[in-house]
Amino acid sequence: MRTVYLDHNATTPLDPEVYKVMEPFIVENFYNPSSVYSRSRKVREKVEEARAKVASLLNASPEEIIFTSGGTEANNQAIIGGAKANAGKGRHIITSAAEHHAVLDTCLRMEKEGFEVTVLPVDEYGRVLPETLEKAIRTETVLVSIMYANNEVGTINDIKTLAEIAHKNGSLFHTDAVQAAGKIKVDVKDLGVDMLSVSAHKLYGPKGIGCLYVKKGTKIESLLTGGGQENKMRAGTENVPAIIGFGRAAELTIERGTELENHIKDLEKILREGIKERIPDIIFTGHPEERIPGCVSVCFKYIEGESMLLLLDQRGIMASSGSACSSKSLKASHVLLAMGISHEIAHGSLRLSLGKDNRMEDVEYLLEVLPPIVEKLRLISPLYQGGR
Amino acid sequence: MYSEKVMEHFLNPRNTGTITNADGVGEVGNASCGDIMHIEIKVNNDVIEDIKFQTFGCAAAIASSSMLTELVKGKSLAEAEKITNKSVAEALGGLPPVKMHCSNLAADALRKAIEDYRRKFAKEGA
Ligand SMILES: Cc1ncc(COP(=O)(O)O)c(C=O)c1O
Ligand code: FES
Repeated sequence: MRTVYLDHNATTPLDPEVYKVMEPFIVENFYNPSSVYSRSRKVREKVEEARAKVASLLNASPEEIIFTSGGTEANNQAIIGGAKANAGKGRHIITSAAEHHAVLDTCLRMEKEGFEVTVLPVDEYGRVLPETLEKAIRTETVLVSIMYANNEVGTINDIKTLAEIAHKNGSLFHTDAVQAAGKIKVDVKDLGVDMLSVSAHKLYGPKGIGCLYVKKGTKIESLLTGGGQENKMRAGTENVPAIIGFGRAAELTIERGTELENHIKDLEKILREGIKERIPDIIFTGHPEERIPGCVSVCFKYIEGESMLLLLDQRGIMASSGSACSSKSLKASHVLLAMGISHEIAHGSLRLSLGKDNRMEDVEYLLEVLPPIVEKLRLISPLYQGGR
Repeated sequence: MYSEKVMEHFLNPRNTGTITNADGVGEVGNASCGDIMHIEIKVNNDVIEDIKFQTFGCAAAIASSSMLTELVKGKSLAEAEKITNKSVAEALGGLPPVKMHCSNLAADALRKAIEDYRRKFAKEGA
């Protein structure tokens, strides 16, 4: 059966070019990069080369990159480590209602450590408005963590302005750029952030590796204690093949430049217009312009997302949904709800996220398969008047 | 995650739609996740002669509705009332634990439809 992968915000396929450079470090060059013999030193060199490549993707210096086990750990490290090390300023943390759980739940966990947490509301597109942050920030605010691009609806926040507000107040600013890196330009200097999280598996690199950018001079406490790796910031023997893969994935992202962005934007336009033309009673969610390329988040009235995903899967199409029934917790997506979308509408949510290997045929196939699926489910829905 | 039977009913749901001049109508909503199930029955001599459903919900909810209609079609009201969410789930070859509540919907909607029928019938008889 034909398969079409349209879930690149969940993860991306490993680029064969990336795998090629990782492979020799799985079996052959297994050496611990911290050992003294020459073969280990060679491995160390490769790890540092990878660090330089990742730094270059973010316009950072290599010393500012801490490799972590992924986006989740980077977010935990930034929030816990940043807030604790600077608690002298105060014990107030600000985040937003549309964050990934790796940020939101980590901030809320800090409440148990005696921190007060303000969760900022977002507008109908999922954006944090600068005036909302301005109103909430106080002298005791030690850290502000607001995502660069949203994973569910793709909306991009004005990080530069938000970081300025935090800095005027003397607060640290962290951004979760997991959905931005690899899709749009991420320049830590231009953004003016103190900390920024990236995950390799969202940019055609391996899973279980990512990094936290920490601006020179920023005080943070490490989460793990042990062997002093990563400049004492992340103990534990390095995941060498993954780090090397991450480096290559970063390099390929730089090489691709805006070529990929344009390719995906072209496909996205046809996908959106095609859905709009073929299916009535739909609501596109996310910002109409300020969003990452390739993310089409849409709610189909009267039907439920999990059933849609399973019918799409029957035809080889892989996608995701923010519906309550498709989540383990039976709660609708907190992002859609924070944007003011009703439970009922959020129920019919579908997220299609395009990637570099998608072709026009994939979009055409989706446009051929999706309308009858929506129609089939609507015909058995008690909410759909057309079915009565 | 779903048994073959669940998938089979989900992909080919039986008895979908509505009945013109239904004798009993039942609709329930699901507090856990916000789904809605609607069941209509045609009753003759205390036997469910026809039954149709409409469901706004997940695959387990759709399969449960479909299975329920198969289980009770042609059965007496007394027999139909004995159907529980458990018997629906069993007939489907089991449901994942988080999806058990979806089969509640079906049994509850049927019970409401039977109640509705009895209410109407009592009025007509009076
Ligand atoms: C916005 C965002 N933050 C964090 C994460 C977590 O990253 P990882 O899977 O590398 O832990 C993800 C990915 O699921 C994400 O989309
Ligand atoms: S109807 Fe919502 S989980 Fe089944």
